[in-house]
Amino acid sequence: MAKTLFDKVWDSHVVKKIEKGPDVLFIDRHMVHEVTSPVAFLGLRNRDIKVLFPEKTFATADHNTPTRNQHLPVKDYLSSKQLKALEENAKYHGISYWGLGHEKNGIVHVIGPEHGITLPGATIVCGDSHTSTHGAFGAIAFGIGTSEVEMVLSTQCVMQPKPKKMRININGQLNEAVTPKDVALFIISKLSTSGATGYFVEYSGEVFSSMTMEGRMTVCNLSIEMGARGGMIAPDDKTFNYISGREFSPKNENWDIAMEYWKTLKSDDDAVFDKEFTFDGSKIEPMITYGTNPGMGISINSGIPSSNQHEGNKETFLKSLEYMDYSEGDKILGKKIDFVFLGSCTNGRIEDFRAFTNIVKGRKKAPNVTAWLVPGSHKVEKAIKDEGLLTILNESGFELREPGCSACLAMNDDKIPPGKYAVSTSNRNFEGRQGPGSRTLLASPIVAAAAAITGKVTDPRYL
Amino acid sequence: MAYEKFNILESTAVPLPIENIDTDQIIPARFLKATERKGFGENLFRDWRYDSNNNPKEDFVLNNNKYSGKILIGGKNFGSGSSREHAAWAIYDYGFRCVVSSFFADIFKNNCLNIGVLPVQISPKFLEVILERIYKDPSTLIIVDLRKQLIKIQGSEYYENFEINNYKKNNMLNGYDDIDYLLNLKESIKNFSKKTPL
Repeated sequence: MAKTLFDKVWDSHVVKKIEKGPDVLFIDRHMVHEVTSPVAFLGLRNRDIKVLFPEKTFATADHNTPTRNQHLPVKDYLSSKQLKALEENAKYHGISYWGLGHEKNGIVHVIGPEHGITLPGATIVCGDSHTSTHGAFGAIAFGIGTSEVEMVLSTQCVMQPKPKKMRININGQLNEAVTPKDVALFIISKLSTSGATGYFVEYSGEVFSSMTMEGRMTVCNLSIEMGARGGMIAPDDKTFNYISGREFSPKNENWDIAMEYWKTLKSDDDAVFDKEFTFDGSKIEPMITYGTNPGMGISINSGIPSSNQHEGNKETFLKSLEYMDYSEGDKILGKKIDFVFLGSCTNGRIEDFRAFTNIVKGRKKAPNVTAWLVPGSHKVEKAIKDEGLLTILNESGFELREPGCSACLAMNDDKIPPGKYAVSTSNRNFEGRQGPGSRTLLASPIVAAAAAITGKVTDPRYL
Repeated sequence: MAYEKFNILESTAVPLPIENIDTDQIIPARFLKATERKGFGENLFRDWRYDSNNNPKEDFVLNNNKYSGKILIGGKNFGSGSSREHAAWAIYDYGFRCVVSSFFADIFKNNCLNIGVLPVQISPKFLEVILERIYKDPSTLIIVDLRKQLIKIQGSEYYENFEINNYKKNNMLNGYDDIDYLLNLKESIKNFSKKTPL
């Protein structure tokens, strides 16, 4: 029977099928961070068991870590306790731990690919919904809850009903200033924040095949924002070139064995999807969100829709605009902003910093804007310095912080103050996501850069 | 972690019919710093429930003593966003045992099932009927019968059946936990691992 890419990877990882129940799915790579793991490790301690496959488990600290003075002890008591717990748990169970200050430290979904932990055809989980990022390599990667973290630590398996399959095809050439982030925000605006719930998505077509690996990561990262458990892209030469030679990727004859498997990883021509969508890539404009979920996105030149145009609950829609202090029909261009956040597992990689720097080069940051530029990892941070981007950024009035999740979820001190507007390259514009009362406009690094220069929402093509 | 068995729940319900309630609203990220599973109920819906001076917001339903009970009625796409299980813990710790909605986000639903909160998905129409009844009379009892996979409004002819897979249903009826199940498979998992290419 014809199979999709997703079927091929899923089916080859099923340890057991439970009748009228979930599949027992074997997990190749388990990424662990400080926030969703302590209770899971506690569970193991209570049962007096150890991690079954510590060599398949990788731990890092990213969610609650400060982005300044990482060489000093963490001031926040609860955060430091959580970090300490992960360090001790990793040590006790023999898991590699890339904690604060470690040269490989960074956001879990940035460092996985950087070090060749993320591989095609693998099953990858983490107690974080943006685990979908790793799907860019043709892996099945999805977020899990803490009970499931405990399952994977103790048995290397999760129990999941097999999701349905969706394919999103986008062909055509992308326009100037349209980035992978815009493609993703465009898709989510079409499907809504729940349009892919219950599905695993495959992205297919020219737009994705011509995208860089980092661009694919941005797209797959945002799969969860339309409700999908994950998204994936069939691996190709770009994927193999990216992986080749990285620390944890297969070497020598193991590489050849892996390549044989990886080359089979594409949907068969006659494979059937439960749902398919097709869009024209040339119609996508730079995008920005105006509301309180990632589905509330529009092209930067259009107006905020009216509640009559909005499908779904009218009160919820108006509640969202009230939170943002925006009105139906308002133009989004020219809206005043206070903060810019460049970073996160969505847009915290070197290409994002290059794109941002390219816009701000030779210009000055608007005096009313506070900008937080947070690399996704130390490796990204180093590249920013080595490539001379930092000098350009400094000349334009920007500073660089140290790596971590930072203002994406504001667990550390990087909180947008109440009522303030942030153009953010992260993934969620929920109420209070970036700090209690904060207001978030999600956009690409280029749109964020343009906003940082003018202090208002600006089309980067007409800066 | 073991949890209370779920069989038949008969309770009044708390209406919160907002769409796309994300897990950042259910429990904001700044309350995720615990290393134990304790006290999350205090911060359930924190920023909707309290103002910036920690005073209860009167217009929020959890601060309205007209409404109480072990069942939370949410709008469409309940539990979207972050995978934080803390959201389900907060709901459980506050005292809810069941969340009813016309649509659930995937990870949240799984998390609920794993910790003993029953997510009951019903039709948008039935959701409207339930809400209407509760608004009219907050003492309206809702009966959720897991064995029969049935939800009904007591004293009325309104009811609906709901879906749950047999495995999870059995777990909830008995308070079983997936880890015990998986630990019994340990040997076959180890054997399986030898066959995986990665």
